[in-house]
Amino acid sequence: MSLLPKSRTARRRLMTLAVAAPVLVLALAVAIYAMKGSISLFYTPSQALAAHVPPGQTIELGGLVRMGSLFKKPDGEIDFVVVDKTTASPVTYKGEVPDLFREGQGVVARGAFDTAGVFIATEIFAKHDEKYMPPELAAALKKQGEWRGDGAQAPAYAR
Amino acid sequence: MIDELGQFALALALVLSIAQVALSAAGRLRRDAALAGAGEGAAMATFAAVALGFFALIHAFVTSDFSVMNVAENSHTAKPLLYKIAGAWGSHEGSILLWCLILTGYGAVMAASRRLPFGLKASAVATQGALGALFIGYMVFASDPLQRIGLLQMPVEGNSLNPLLQDPALAAHPPFLYAGYVGFSVVFSLSVAALIAGRVDPAWARWIRPWTLAAWSLLTIGITLGSFWAYYELGWGGWWAWDPVENASFMPWLLGTALLHSAAVTEKRGALASWTALLGIGAFTLSMMGAFLVRSGVLTSVHAFAIDPKRGLLLLVILGVAAGAALALYAWRAPTLKDEAAFTPISREASLFLNNVLFAAATAVVLIGTLLPLIRAAIDGTPISVGPPYFNLTFTALVAPALIVLPAGPLLAWKRGDLPGVLQRLWVAALIALGAAIATLALVSPTNALAACGVALGAWVIAGALAEAAERVKLFRAPWAEVGRRAAGLPRGAWGMTLAHAGIGVFALGAAFQGAWRAEGAEALSFGQTMHLAGYTLRLDQAGSLFGPNFEAERLLVHVSRPDGTTLCEAAPERRMYAAGGQVVSGVAICPTLLDDMYVVSGERRAAANGGSTFLIRAYWNPWVRLIFAGPLLMALGGLLSLSDRRLRFALTSRVGIARARQPAAAK
Repeated sequence: MSLLPKSRTARRRLMTLAVAAPVLVLALAVAIYAMKGSISLFYTPSQALAAHVPPGQTIELGGLVRMGSLFKKPDGEIDFVVVDKTTASPVTYKGEVPDLFREGQGVVARGAFDTAGVFIATEIFAKHDEKYMPPELAAALKKQGEWRGDGAQAPAYAR
Repeated sequence: MIDELGQFALALALVLSIAQVALSAAGRLRRDAALAGAGEGAAMATFAAVALGFFALIHAFVTSDFSVMNVAENSHTAKPLLYKIAGAWGSHEGSILLWCLILTGYGAVMAASRRLPFGLKASAVATQGALGALFIGYMVFASDPLQRIGLLQMPVEGNSLNPLLQDPALAAHPPFLYAGYVGFSVVFSLSVAALIAGRVDPAWARWIRPWTLAAWSLLTIGITLGSFWAYYELGWGGWWAWDPVENASFMPWLLGTALLHSAAVTEKRGALASWTALLGIGAFTLSMMGAFLVRSGVLTSVHAFAIDPKRGLLLLVILGVAAGAALALYAWRAPTLKDEAAFTPISREASLFLNNVLFAAATAVVLIGTLLPLIRAAIDGTPISVGPPYFNLTFTALVAPALIVLPAGPLLAWKRGDLPGVLQRLWVAALIALGAAIATLALVSPTNALAACGVALGAWVIAGALAEAAERVKLFRAPWAEVGRRAAGLPRGAWGMTLAHAGIGVFALGAAFQGAWRAEGAEALSFGQTMHLAGYTLRLDQAGSLFGPNFEAERLLVHVSRPDGTTLCEAAPERRMYAAGGQVVSGVAICPTLLDDMYVVSGERRAAANGGSTFLIRAYWNPWVRLIFAGPLLMALGGLLSLSDRRLRFALTSRVGIARARQPAAAK
C-alpha cells in the first residue's frame, strides 16, 4: 500500500487512470489492427492503371458507365465498362444493380481486379437521389476537367 | 397566404429566440425573476411561432400547393396522405424545420418546468435560446422551407418524394430520431448552465435524468425504425452497414448511454460530476455533428442526399460555435467543480465507471472510423473508405467487455460491493449462458466458437438482468405473497433498468445468431425452376402486373417450402415503377416465422436462352433477426418506463428544488 499516493484525490486519479488506460490502449490497438484490412482506396480507371493496383486487393473503382456497355447475362451477372477520360475498365457484378444505376452516369463499385484485369465488383453503391454524386468521384472528375455539374449529359468518351 | 404567414412566423421565431437569450441572460445577471420569466415566455412564444411555420408547411403539402418550391420538389398529388405529410420532413429544408420545431419544443417544456432553481433555469433557457437562434437563423437565411416559386415557373405536378422514402417506418423515423437527437440539447443547456453556476451536484444530475431518458429512448426508437426500414425496404438483406449516416445517429446514442449511467453515479454519490457534464455537452455535440455529416454530404454514404457545400459549411460553423463555446466553458470551469466521494474498485459506481470508459472508447472508435476518410483526404488528398470489418471488430471488442460485466453492476452495492456475493447470485445466469453456448455448438454448428460465445453473451446478459430482478423481489426465497408485494413495490425505474438490460441481451443474441448463420443466394430462375437456401426450397411460380396508387409493379410469386416439404409461404416480391420521377424500386417479400425471416427480392425480367423469361431471384435466410429489432424496442420501453417513475417527479427533486428556489443567490 505504501506505493499508493497519500492524498485521496491523487489516489482517485490513479485509479481512474488504471481503469481507463488499458481500455484506451486496447481500443487503439484493435482500431489500428482492424484498419489494416478494411480501408479501401478509391481510384478511377486511369489512376488504378497508373498505381498498378495488384489483383485481389480491395479497392473502390469510380467513373462513368460507358453508354451501351451494360450487358445483362441470363445467369444474373451483369457486365459494364467504367471509363474516365483516358482509360476504361471492364466490370462484372453478380446481382441487381442499384435502382438508380444508369449508363452514362457516375458509379462507384467496390471489389478487386482479377488477373485478367477485369474488375470483379462485390458491391455497387446505391444512391437515394439521382442528383447525388459520390464526393471522391466528383473530385476525380473535376481534376480531369471532366466535371459538368450534377446530372449533366455524358461526355463523348462515355458514349 | 398561409405560406407567407408561415414564413413570417419563422422570421418572428428568430427574433423571439434572440429575445429569449437576452431576457433570460439579463434576468440571470440581475437576478430579476420578472426578466427571466419574460425569457421563459419568449421560449414558449418561439415554439409557437415555429409550430405555426411547421403547420404552414404541412398545410402546403397536404393541399399540394406547388407554388411552394419544397412541395413542388418533394410531393405529388397522387401520393397517399401519410406520405404527403411525411414529405414535409423528407427534404433538407423540411427536416431542418422539424429540427427547429423539436428544439424549441424542448425549450418550451423546459421553460414551463417548475422544478429547476432560478439561476440554473435562466442560464439553461438562455443557452437553449442561443441554440434555437443558431438553427432558426440558419433556416431563415439559408434553408427557407416555404420559399415560393415564381408564378410562371410553377409546375402543374410535383416531383414526388423519392419512392424509397414512401414507407410508414421511414415516415416515422425522422420525428423519432430528431426527438432523440435534439432531446440532448436540453441536457447540453443544463450542463452549460451548471458549468456557469460552477455546480454539478446530485440534484443537477437528477434534473437532467428525465431529459436524458426521454432523448435516449426516442433516439433508440428512431435508430431502430431506420434500421428496420433499411432492412425491409432496401433489399440488401442486412440491417446495419456502418454507413456514415447510420454512425451519425449511433454516436450520440452511445454517448447518451454513457451519460445515463454516469448521471446515476453523480446523482447517487456525487462523483464523476465534471465527466457527466462533459458527456452532457458531448451528446448534443455529436447530434449536431450528425446533422452536419448527413446534410453536408462530405462523406460518401449510401444514404447521401442531394448536397450543397455552402450549407454544409454553415452547419459546420454552427457546430463549431455551439460546441466550441460549451467546451471552452468546460475547460475553464471544470477544474473548479467539486468532485466528491472517491470510490473503491469493487462497487456499483466503479462498474458504472467501467461502463463509461468502454462506451466512450466505443464512441471514439466509431468516430475515428467515420471521420478517417475526411482526415486522410485533408492530410494527403487520398480518398479512402473504411469498411464494416473495422467497425465490427473494434466495436465488438469494446462492447463485449461491457456486456460481460453488465449483470454484476446492478447487483453490486454502492460504495463498497461484495464481489463473491454477487458472483454467487449470478451462478444460475452463468449456467444458462454456458448451456446456451453448449447447445449452440451441439445443435447448430460445432465449429463456430465465436458465434457460440456471442450467443452465450446474449443469454448471460438476459439471464443476469432477470436474476437481478429476481433478487430484488426475493423470487423463490420468500412466500409468493411477499414476492408479489415486492414486485409491485419496486420502483418503475428498477423495472425499466431490467427491461433495458434484458433488451440489450436480446439484441446481442439476435445479432450473434443472425451474423453467424445468415445465408444468401442468388439465381436466375424461369417459371417452375427452383433454388435452395439454408434447406429451404424456393420455386418461381408466376409473374403478374399490379397497379398501386402511384406506381405500377411487376409481382412475382415464389413458393417457399420448408426442409420437410411443407409450405412456408407464397412470397410475392415486386419491382415497382413510380411514374413520377421514373424510379424503379424493388419491393422485398419477407416470410416471417416466429424468429426468422426468409427474405426474397426479385430482379427484372430478362430474356432466357430458350426465348422465355428469367428473373434474378435473390434470397436471404436471416435466422433470429426478429430479436435484433425486438431488443432495442425493449430498451426503449425500459427507458420510457423509467421516465414514468414517480420518484423522478418528487422526492429529492422537489426537496432540493424548493431549497434552491428560496435562495436564488446561492445558485450562482
